[in-house]
Amino acid sequence: MTQVNMTVNGKAVSGEVEGRTLLVQFLRENLGMTGTHVGCDTSQCGACVVHVNGEAVKSCTMLAAEAGGADVATIEGQAAPDGTLNTIQQAFQDHHGLQCGFCTPGMVMSAAALLKDNPKPSVEDVRHYLDGNICRCTGYHNIVKAIMAASGQDVSAIAAE
Amino acid sequence: MYNFDVEMPTTIADAVAALGREEAQPLSGGQTLIPTLKARLAAPSVLVSLHGIPEMKGVCKNDAGQVCIGGATTHATVAADAAADYPALASLAARIGDPAVRNRGTIGGSIANNDPSACYPAGVLASGATIVTNSREIAADDYFQGMFDTALEEGEIVTEVKFPVPEAAHYEKHLQPASRFPLVAVFVAKFADGVRVAVTGASENGVFRWTEAEEALSANFSADAVAGLKADGSEMISDLHGSGTYRAHLVGVMTKRAVAAMG
Repeated sequence: MTQVNMTVNGKAVSGEVEGRTLLVQFLRENLGMTGTHVGCDTSQCGACVVHVNGEAVKSCTMLAAEAGGADVATIEGQAAPDGTLNTIQQAFQDHHGLQCGFCTPGMVMSAAALLKDNPKPSVEDVRHYLDGNICRCTGYHNIVKAIMAASGQDVSAIAAE
Repeated sequence: MYNFDVEMPTTIADAVAALGREEAQPLSGGQTLIPTLKARLAAPSVLVSLHGIPEMKGVCKNDAGQVCIGGATTHATVAADAAADYPALASLAARIGDPAVRNRGTIGGSIANNDPSACYPAGVLASGATIVTNSREIAADDYFQGMFDTALEEGEIVTEVKFPVPEAAHYEKHLQPASRFPLVAVFVAKFADGVRVAVTGASENGVFRWTEAEEALSANFSADAVAGLKADGSEMISDLHGSGTYRAHLVGVMTKRAVAAMG
């Protein structure tokens, strides 16, 4: 076991990990932060997306040891401390961008990464960016609509498909 | 996953030293290796992470006009930082996997693994790039030696890849949407002294140069020049996604499209 230190949602954390401990295991099992989900465990589904030093990564496909010293952001850090949802989360609620909600943490974190680099994406940009996030409920339509709305664009013309 | 130790060297020299440990294996972006370890298809006792080595990261241009990419440079970085100097290569990098995979996966990891359907081997081979390791330089034509097989020795790591920049180039990828690997993809690079065509996703022997197309295109650079050519389907990958015959057909179609896109 080795000691790993990192910053998660602005707070310094540390813990004992094995070499094989994945970042997502460290978040969920060591820190008890179960908002980041493990859907497939084969880096296909994107439910485990978090930001490491500002970049979206699949936390099931990165070792905790490799995140030593990194600045990690997870779904738990997205809402305000009083529980007020951030713009993207609120848009998911307003536009029914989830059904079972399992993929939602990854969707929200991917959306945040997209909007950071591309604040006014096209519908095509959003769909393309979500290549690595799988939702088995919604057909993606309302997820795309929510992200477009979160970017401040008019979504009234985006009809249901 | 079986357990292993993790080493985090910060220099190439320290990484090479760490790889001298028994059953040590390099870990680059891990986007293939970590799933492989989870499936217990490999059981190294030590993983040597190449992620924290600054001298293996970044994109630059050398005095010979080559685009030089550090072995631990992520696909996302290549997509952004090679766009001005080698747009076709940046476009290839921008279409690997998905955004989160591109933020971790590296060029060195891709070509060290030499998956028969990976994107980078096509770009490296078609460009006639030079693979730089901790101990030597290897021409792309000598480097790729078959499915998951390369000229790398045990403990040798790809520290840099140097790309001559063609006059024009294009990467045409027929996506296998579930894996996001190409079903078949073709990289065409037009140099002053000839055309190089590299194909990935098709052959049981991994990435290869389609020499008939190269000869035809070097004589007459137009989509018509390859219209009548048929790739040899005898050693093509055949699986539930496509037969060998279908893949052989796609090789021709992707090549034509690539040439057409280069105008």
